[in-house]
Amino acid sequence: MNGIHDMGGMENMGSLDVEQNEPVFHEPWEGRVYGLLMSWGSWGQWREWGSFRYALEQIDPADYLSWSYYEKWFVAHENKALETGIVTRSELASGHADAGASEPSLSPYSPPSLGSRKLDIDLDAGFKQGDLVRTRQLNSVGHIRLPRYVRDKIGEIVSDNGVYALQDTDEWGVRLGNTPQHVYTVKFDAIELWGDRGHAKDVIHVDLWEGYLEHP
Amino acid sequence: MATDNDSEHQHQDIPSDIALRVKALETVLTAKGLVDPAAIDEVVDKYQNQVGPKNGAKVVARAWSDPKFKDRLLLDATGAIGEMGFLGPEGHHMVVVENTPRVHNLVVCTLCSCYPWPVLGLPPRWYKSAAYRSRAVIDPRGLLREFGVELDDDIEVRVWDSTAEMRYLVLPERPVGTEEMSQSELENLVSRDAMVGVARLSTGDRP
Repeated sequence: MNGIHDMGGMENMGSLDVEQNEPVFHEPWEGRVYGLLMSWGSWGQWREWGSFRYALEQIDPADYLSWSYYEKWFVAHENKALETGIVTRSELASGHADAGASEPSLSPYSPPSLGSRKLDIDLDAGFKQGDLVRTRQLNSVGHIRLPRYVRDKIGEIVSDNGVYALQDTDEWGVRLGNTPQHVYTVKFDAIELWGDRGHAKDVIHVDLWEGYLEHP
Repeated sequence: MATDNDSEHQHQDIPSDIALRVKALETVLTAKGLVDPAAIDEVVDKYQNQVGPKNGAKVVARAWSDPKFKDRLLLDATGAIGEMGFLGPEGHHMVVVENTPRVHNLVVCTLCSCYPWPVLGLPPRWYKSAAYRSRAVIDPRGLLREFGVELDDDIEVRVWDSTAEMRYLVLPERPVGTEEMSQSELENLVSRDAMVGVARLSTGDRP
């Protein structure tokens, strides 16, 4: 989706605030939120990272910019838990499971996820190193990993990283399907992306699924 | 709890304090057998105390000390880093990019916060900030200047936006005057920021 999260190239997004000797977690609850994500079935176990990222992307833009990182993560968890019915609002208000609450069963999305890691699948590659490609003008309503700033641009394939399942989702955050495809590192000249703002020497690399690309 | 009337309130509020909300969610999911607090403890301990930029520094120092390892690292970072046992979540597929006198590399994730956890730990706040994510791709030189890195016009800046599963680590240039240093001495020179590409290493007044 064309949301606030897709911020490559935007201006006036605040000042850079570098904290010296920063702790890994600033508050104990941040660590709990992180641990929850890593150990919780609906995202961790079934590796539905596209769905998790989409849940973050759906946070109201004003909140997205003002909330801390782990606050966003937590709200995505909380929403997901409520949405799937594994907890109720009254349980979250009281901090205890309702008496007699039935044991919820979480079930993974279908189709079964191939996860996000490289797949051992033999698939013909549509492009090879050195090829020029044009990125497609895709404006998905779900999660997509083709940033706005590289749509409909000419780039060059610098490497083929192998085959991966597509992580894109529909507008409800459900994966579109595994549709394994090659993922390429594509190099763009800064001038191609930014015109006069780009430095003639600079390049930007973006990792893109084959379905995002076409012959120029 | 069955007899209290909480559940009859239509507009019952979830507490606004985030620490309480987190506690409530964890407690309820635990009571229902959906999460295990001990598993969460383990994850917290791992990323708070075990995994961090020291791992990346070991990779860099070894590359500086062992040319054959460096060749493998640049050709197949996943294999080379795997030899050292530093693969894992958000770091199963690694790419190492080398800084030279002519090339400076900078890593970002414009869409979210992708970062090579096994070699650098969890990302600092600035890496996840809107300011960094928005500017790294359009104004890398201006951004680097704010980090105190001034690049000559004839140096090429290569930005790596981590939009898929590849995770990037910058191999900084080995500082001059470190020829006599041992690998473990070299490790201490390597900073997290240099491995993201927002700092360059110097030996300062070291011999």
